Amino acid sequence: MKLDMTTELMASGLVVRLQGDVDMNTSRDIPCLLDKAFAQATAPFKALFIDLSGVRYMDSSGIATLVEILQQCGKTGTRLRLCALSPSVRDVFELARLGSVFQIYPTLDEASQHGD
Amino acid sequence: MIQTMTLVVPSHPRYLCVIRSALQPLLLDEGFSEKEARTIVLAIDEACSNIIKYAYEQDSSKTIAMTLHFGGETLTVELKDTGKKPDLAKITPRKLDEIRPGGLGTHFISSVFDTVTYDTSGAEGTLLTLIKLKPAAEPGRLPHET
Repeated sequence: MKLDMTTELMASGLVVRLQGDVDMNTSRDIPCLLDKAFAQATAPFKALFIDLSGVRYMDSSGIATLVEILQQCGKTGTRLRLCALSPSVRDVFELARLGSVFQIYPTLDEASQHGD
Repeated sequence: MIQTMTLVVPSHPRYLCVIRSALQPLLLDEGFSEKEARTIVLAIDEACSNIIKYAYEQDSSKTIAMTLHFGGETLTVELKDTGKKPDLAKITPRKLDEIRPGGLGTHFISSVFDTVTYDTSGAEGTLLTLIKLKPAAEPGRLPHET
């Protein structure tokens, strides 16, 4: 199953939308896709929003990738917010007890409007 | 009546979605709730990923055989590989207070299943047996309740 990524630069930050299953087969593509998205951004951004509404499945390889992204954002001072987690993805965060490590919002609107 | 189903897939990550797709409807039919079915699928996906990574070291020319035994009071899943045998002393879930990528698969497996057994006594490979009590078998519990 393929994983697709689209990006949109908004006033509040860079929005990355993932579509598909994030497992061992597809999670390895995410860092490269993100690097490309960052390089193509036409303006600097202080926040990265990852919209997971199109992700119906994620396993620990997806979580590992998100943790790596969180660590990278920490180094660059970029705020990372996840939004619109499906029940399946929420289950994985719950099992991994990472709900409090990431900033998670029900929708992209709430993620982008919430202050620092 | 206990029924058995075996699915054999190549040891390439692209087939993980095939395993997930085969499991989900069967688990719901067996009386697991949607949430339970999702976490069982996750745990089995993680176990198969571990076989690809560690038993086969990413060799996609091998196979993973998944056998399900269902219809009774428990769901039993057997995953058989013919790869490198693990050091059983090193298979322990890691501490979750360490925020780092990796190492969560074993934790998910042991969190979801009631019994997890690794049998490395065979001539080659490992037989991983995962057992979960079905919802109707839990005292005071109705089927489909989370």
